[in-house]
Amino acid sequence: MNHGGTRVLRLDALARVEGEAALHLRVDGGTVVETRLRIYEPPRFFEAFLTGRAHTEPPDITARICGICPVAYQMSACQAIENACGVTVDGPLAELRRLLYCGEWIESHTLHIYLLHAPDFLGHADVVGLARDQRAAVERGLRLKQAGNAIIEQLGGRPIHPVNVRVGGFYRTPTPQELRPLAERLRQAREDALETVRWVAAFDFPDTVCDHDLLALRDPGRYAIDSGTPAVMAAHGGSPALREFTLSDFEQRVQEGQVPYSTALTATLDGRRFLTGPLARYAINGRWLHPVAAEAARAAGLGDPAGGAICDNPFRSIVVRAVEVVHAVEEALRIIDGYEQPLRPAVQVPPRKAVGAGATEAPRGLLYHRYVLAEDGTLTEARIVPPTAQNQTAIEEDVRRAVQARLNRVGPAADDEELTHLCERAIRNHDPCISCAAHFLDLTVERR
Amino acid sequence: MATDPGLATDPRPTLAVWKFASCDGCQLTLLDCEDELLGLTERVRIDHFLEMTPVEGAGGERARPDGRGPYDLSLVEGSITTAEDAERIQHIRRVSRYLVTIGACATAGGIQALRNFAEVDEFLAAVYAQPEYISTLETSTPISAHVPVDFELRGCPIDRRQLLEVITAHLAGRKPRIPSHSVCFECKRRGTTCITVAHGTPCLGPVTHAGCGAICPAYGRGCYGCFGPTSRPNLRSMVAQLRHDGMSERDIQRVFRTFNAASPEYAPVPDLVAEEQDSPRDTTEARPERPA
Ligand code: SF4
Ligand code: SF4
Repeated sequence: MNHGGTRVLRLDALARVEGEAALHLRVDGGTVVETRLRIYEPPRFFEAFLTGRAHTEPPDITARICGICPVAYQMSACQAIENACGVTVDGPLAELRRLLYCGEWIESHTLHIYLLHAPDFLGHADVVGLARDQRAAVERGLRLKQAGNAIIEQLGGRPIHPVNVRVGGFYRTPTPQELRPLAERLRQAREDALETVRWVAAFDFPDTVCDHDLLALRDPGRYAIDSGTPAVMAAHGGSPALREFTLSDFEQRVQEGQVPYSTALTATLDGRRFLTGPLARYAINGRWLHPVAAEAARAAGLGDPAGGAICDNPFRSIVVRAVEVVHAVEEALRIIDGYEQPLRPAVQVPPRKAVGAGATEAPRGLLYHRYVLAEDGTLTEARIVPPTAQNQTAIEEDVRRAVQARLNRVGPAADDEELTHLCERAIRNHDPCISCAAHFLDLTVERR
Repeated sequence: MATDPGLATDPRPTLAVWKFASCDGCQLTLLDCEDELLGLTERVRIDHFLEMTPVEGAGGERARPDGRGPYDLSLVEGSITTAEDAERIQHIRRVSRYLVTIGACATAGGIQALRNFAEVDEFLAAVYAQPEYISTLETSTPISAHVPVDFELRGCPIDRRQLLEVITAHLAGRKPRIPSHSVCFECKRRGTTCITVAHGTPCLGPVTHAGCGAICPAYGRGCYGCFGPTSRPNLRSMVAQLRHDGMSERDIQRVFRTFNAASPEYAPVPDLVAEEQDSPRDTTEARPERPA
């Protein structure tokens, strides 16, 4: 890098992320002056399509926003509608939902860890190269991922866009006997998950910290997955106290904006940059990790989550994800062991004229839905705020820092290839789910 | 990085995976073939698959959205909704020996095709603060509306067993063995009691393309048509039966206008619903269609 010169780096296609995005970086005199994560995923108009549909439809329709976390969409949608209709789903039905969600956490996190993220740390272009070197590790990852998928498939009918979820519960609930084979599989998965934590903990991590505000659901007594209240932990230097707010305030606090270079919205929390996802969840909910997961976290060098240790190195997010997989496996086993088939597969959710909001912790972070219902249940308005849109500014800031730190380092100048690789890594730390981000309502009609 | 020295003489056929407007679910199906994934990568060279690999096989240069190819088999996910994408698919066709569409988006325009039925004015009224940042076409069209397609694999999402069959078949130069009968046949094979007969549950099984293995009825839910229409669906009987099973006009319209909304086979539904409303038909006519 020559001081004084201007250099523009363009990364036309980000690989090993879900969806399509590019990066534009401008360096001026040794300073990074611009980082733009440009999402060129075509806009998809889900909120518009939801308007006019029945209140029973959002779980199936919003699942199609994202093939990687369809359960998250289904769960947030169900909650928002049940909230509007004044219905609470609890007991074994809520437990089954949580089980389904654990399946998605296991599947999605493992996919990210092994297939998308680990190659960054081990000097491989992709999982195929990695498998040539570490066949057993990749097979372990695929087996673990399959265990997550097996949960979704058993409960939901298939791993992508499960069919068995409905507002109020399920179409059919499993018998305890049907869940038993899953438990056997999960006991093997527990070993694989613990081994995964040990595997990733030994990777080499660039030394860096992020100072984004953190947003996650908080569900006192348990690590938030499918329910909770939004809670904010201010960045270093701010107040360490958590600020909670009610879901009905979400859109006042988390405000979305448009940037000219992207088809995705971006967001701020109380006017500031923030991050949602594993690092936020771990900071806010760490003390409620299952003991086995907490122990794995300590052994992996993440400090003591029960004592309030947080992880602020985005490169270590792969370790946090691995710890969350252990937690999800334990949680799934707990639910299966205590499961009794409910009398009815779903509770009635009679429509009424109302507004309802719902939020759950998608693997990549908080996912918020709000629906306005007419008397007969017809949706008159829908609003969805996916995690990647919320994280976009934090991701850009991480890229800026990583590149700036490299430029400040004495020694040989960084070439474009090195910087590109660094940027990709900084982005993949957050597992951005780009097709989710490009779902918004805006439209310019181009007539030809 | 993984520049494979043997690439120049690599005898493996090459595979590319492309994405247009979609949820990524269909390409993810490939990564969900956990048991087969590593074996598959030994038999085919995955040259372009952004979700999995950043490197173009030949020479190891970084992937660009317009990979150069040529590719023996291109799997295409997603529908065409922007002017650039309409160009990009032309390029992909040129560099692909076989081009196979995967999923309802690529095969029928997907849920995005709901915009094809929207009043443009309604959408314009919903325009955001800075619409000038966005450009998109007013339709979502299947890949076959733009280029010749060698095979269309249905489903939202596709079924992984069918995907493996399609890949294996194309690599062997034979026709994929993908049956075109209805979901009803899969229910029979699975031994699921017909939920319409037994419980009067409305179900699109008789007019829906097989492939999923009849999941929904096994879970006590009527098929909602995510695999799209069979080749010659008897919609007249279907509409009558759905009404008989308690679906309102609006519900019937809606269930056909979801993940395969723009399938031409579904076009008569609004008329049939209106007709049906005027003169209720004898619902005993509704029967699963016979295999061709
Ligand atoms: S067909 Fe369905 S699963 Fe496949 S990409 Fe489209 S929305 Fe996703
Ligand atoms: S909607 Fe029909 S085609 Fe789709 S999974 Fe259900 S039964 Fe199969």
